[in-house]
Amino acid sequence: MALNPDFIGRTYPSSEPYLVGREKIREFASAICDFNPVYHDLAAAQALGYPDLVAPPTFAFTFVFASSTVVIMDPDLGLDYTKVVHGEESFVYSRPVVAGDELVVTNTIENIRAAAGNDMITVKSSLSTTSGELVVITTMVIVARGTDAL
Amino acid sequence: MTSIPKYANVEVGTKLPSLSVPIQRLSLIKYAGASGDFNVIHWNERFATSVGLPNVIAHGMFTMAAAIRVVTDWVGDPGAVVEYGVRFTRPVPVPDDGVGALLEISGEVTELLDAHRVRVTLTAASAGQTVLGKAQAVVQLA
Repeated sequence: MALNPDFIGRTYPSSEPYLVGREKIREFASAICDFNPVYHDLAAAQALGYPDLVAPPTFAFTFVFASSTVVIMDPDLGLDYTKVVHGEESFVYSRPVVAGDELVVTNTIENIRAAAGNDMITVKSSLSTTSGELVVITTMVIVARGTDAL
Repeated sequence: MTSIPKYANVEVGTKLPSLSVPIQRLSLIKYAGASGDFNVIHWNERFATSVGLPNVIAHGMFTMAAAIRVVTDWVGDPGAVVEYGVRFTRPVPVPDDGVGALLEISGEVTELLDAHRVRVTLTAASAGQTVLGKAQAVVQLA
């Protein structure tokens, strides 16, 4: 069964603030084998004018994904999350995420469409500091495989 | 540290230094821990093959993170990346054979934009097949 298009435009309550930690940035950068000094060395980050370690460009997805469960698991939306795969991901930055940021994620269903028997849902997530500065907007397309056929 | 390339010194067709990233099972375990994505298909071969995958597959977001390094290594300052997006078109199987997979990434300037920005198109391939589609970044040059 196709998902209800009435959910397009629905915005979910914002997440609790996520505190970006210096050691989490170092751990994430090491896990992606990226040894750019601004991810590891405070002095190198400060030399480029940043207040603290810089997070790699895709770091924010780690907590965006956790927050998007409000959409994926929404029983009224009716998505079968066991059949969900990640189709597309994009980031638009106002500035890089840095250690010490406390970021609140707000998720909106931007689009729902069916293609080749799959449901495709576009979720837009705005990441702002607790004082209201917009830092990053991410857009995730998730594909629920073959829900039409079941 | 690398300084940000000058807009005046690049043109459509300028190639960025390419990169090869080996991926082993340990890479995926580290990424699972660092990202919080413990989906079983990224570490359990028995489960992965039972749902029709050729093997354990790399996290798409691992591949996405590895691919943008071609840009951030080029510019030095990751804050120069203004936009970045990809489509996940094909999984990257990571066999437990002591070798794993090799991700080969290249990038090329494909459009000159306003305000000293350029569009870079990335190609990511493993075992000779592209694994990302529409992988593009908008980069602020000096």
